[in-house]
Amino acid sequence: MASITITDVSKTYPGAPAPSVTGINLSIRDGEFIVLVGPSGCGKSTLLRMVAGLEDISGGEVRIGDRVVNRLDPADRDIAMVFQNYALYPHMTVRENMAYGLKNRRTPKAEIETRVAEAARMLELGPYLDRKPRALSGGQRQRVAMGRAVVRQPSAFLFDEPLSNLDAKLRVTMRGEIRRLQKRLGTTALYVTHDQLEAMTLADRLVVLNGGRIEQVGAPLDIYHRPASTFVASFIGSPAMNLLDAGLEGARLRLGTSVIELGHLPAARGAVTLGIRAEDLTPAATGLPFRPDFIEELGAQRLVHGHIEGQPVVLALDPAVPVGSEMRLSVAAARLHLFDTTSGRRIATAARPGLAVTETA
Amino acid sequence: MNRIRPFDHLILILGTLFMCVPVLVAVMTSTHSAVDIHMNGLYLTPGDNAVETYQTVLTRQGGFTGQVTGMTMLMNSLILGVGFAVGKIVLSMAAAYALVYFRFRFATFLFWIIFTTLLLPLEVRIMPSYQVMSSLGLLNSYTGLIVPLLASATGTFYFRQFFKSVPDELLEAARIDGAGPWKFLWDVLIPLSKTMMAAIFIIMFVYGWNQYLWPMLMTTEERFFTLMRGIKQILQVWIGSQIPDYNEAFALAVLALLPPVIVVVVFQRWFIKGLTESDK
Ligand SMILES: Nc1ncnc2c1ncn2[C@@H]1O[C@H](COP(=O)(O)OP(=O)(O)O)[C@@H](O)[C@H]1O
Ligand SMILES: [Mg+2]
Repeated sequence: MASITITDVSKTYPGAPAPSVTGINLSIRDGEFIVLVGPSGCGKSTLLRMVAGLEDISGGEVRIGDRVVNRLDPADRDIAMVFQNYALYPHMTVRENMAYGLKNRRTPKAEIETRVAEAARMLELGPYLDRKPRALSGGQRQRVAMGRAVVRQPSAFLFDEPLSNLDAKLRVTMRGEIRRLQKRLGTTALYVTHDQLEAMTLADRLVVLNGGRIEQVGAPLDIYHRPASTFVASFIGSPAMNLLDAGLEGARLRLGTSVIELGHLPAARGAVTLGIRAEDLTPAATGLPFRPDFIEELGAQRLVHGHIEGQPVVLALDPAVPVGSEMRLSVAAARLHLFDTTSGRRIATAARPGLAVTETA
Repeated sequence: MNRIRPFDHLILILGTLFMCVPVLVAVMTSTHSAVDIHMNGLYLTPGDNAVETYQTVLTRQGGFTGQVTGMTMLMNSLILGVGFAVGKIVLSMAAAYALVYFRFRFATFLFWIIFTTLLLPLEVRIMPSYQVMSSLGLLNSYTGLIVPLLASATGTFYFRQFFKSVPDELLEAARIDGAGPWKFLWDVLIPLSKTMMAAIFIIMFVYGWNQYLWPMLMTTEERFFTLMRGIKQILQVWIGSQIPDYNEAFALAVLALLPPVIVVVVFQRWFIKGLTESDK
């Protein structure tokens, strides 16, 4: 168990024209579950593999506990890693797979046996201990891979998209299992995924990466409710946040022919990007004119796709609410997000709750 | 689809006969006496001379020195075959391991140099090899027989391709599990290579077993005679009215046939088992 401190870390692959990861600063507390999330190719694996010691660190410093590990071998960093394709040794039984790391560390035989038995019990792998990996299902293989990490009792678990090879249902179960196991053992965890839902449900804190840089760090709900940029806003949450082009005129926001009263003066003027979550738009007698195109039924709710002032918008509605050919929508001013159009960064809003939207034609 | 097509079967049967009859003729003829063979030609039926012929072939002290028996020749051929196969596997595996897993400059270039030697048959370098061995004083020794032929481009190529197909994550998992280069080779790669090794063993054993020109050059002493040379030797005695020992030549040929067949059968089973069982 240990904290992990990443200071100003960057990585340029040999021969690559630009760094894959730059200027990463992150401080992970002991026992914390951190999820690195971002689109494919944003450098999540690169960052994780630098912590693991599988890639050289081009710049900056990684500390695990109070040791700088930049020059340490993966085996000496006291970490365990779970890979997307499990990476089990095909010729070893489940028991041997789990014991291999301990054997290499010259752990006494009796100790190995107790630890493997304990891990097998926790992960319900008891009946499979003498099987080879090929005789296991995907979910079971993933559990063996986790068992291999658990028996080592490392300072930190590193996961690289461990659930991506599983089917959707199993993914949900395993997600819960990983979370429960990590809480129970209290081991620091660094987890990489491109799936924002997985990230939201697992993380104590989320790290959103984009193009090799950290876009935002925070608790899942903080990030959901206060995305720091249009990138985060569109990446976190499903359906993605609606982003509309709008113009700021003092405390009034102009959206085509409609005008929204913000009730306060934001720290910007001119063209901005307006963000609204699909569930924050509610049908009303007056408000923004919405023209529905088609409906996606999800059971508990329905997603209505349409346009406001010629700009595409998705609306999450209760299935009981009727959808007309022309609707009016209102939104609480506190639920509006403003972003700089060029940089995409969030514009601070001192929104007071309770202020509704008015519309003038 | 499943209609029986007589013509197809005819072709298959003919093919089988084409492959098997010569072997059958060799086995059957070897059980008759030399005189019978000289008078009546080849046989397709068993004779009554089998025990005697094979006993003679295996145990009679022959040659100028009276030192070589069939057993000695069989041993020599086995030493050559197994020595080739094992040595080539060890060497080419080590070379491939270095080429694939150690990052050093010109690795690909070196590999292609090794690879191009595939194009050169043994006979091209047989004279220089002979000279080197001769200067080293290794003529008439097992070392001289085996070592010069151990470097194997084929084996290196196969092992390299195999190692490249092993997922990188396996190496990474092993590194995290505290396995160094040596342990990774021993604990992970070698067990995974079993099928590869079986395949190469078959090829190389037969290759070594069948060597004729090379042992003839490298050894002059009769105690190094291999089966291949023994067969030749028997048929060389056209002295006066003496009939060549056809039966013994056939018996030796049958004996020479057996070990490769056994090796193929045994290792093929292992080979197929490995192929169907392993998923990397
Ligand atoms: N071994 C490598 N050599 C060169 N470039 C690499 C290597 N691995 C990854 N990259 C590059 O680094 C970037 C980040 O990759 P990666 O960390 O694997 O992304 P992610 O895991 O977020 O999908 C990508 O642009 C990728 O092309
Ligand atoms: Mg990745």
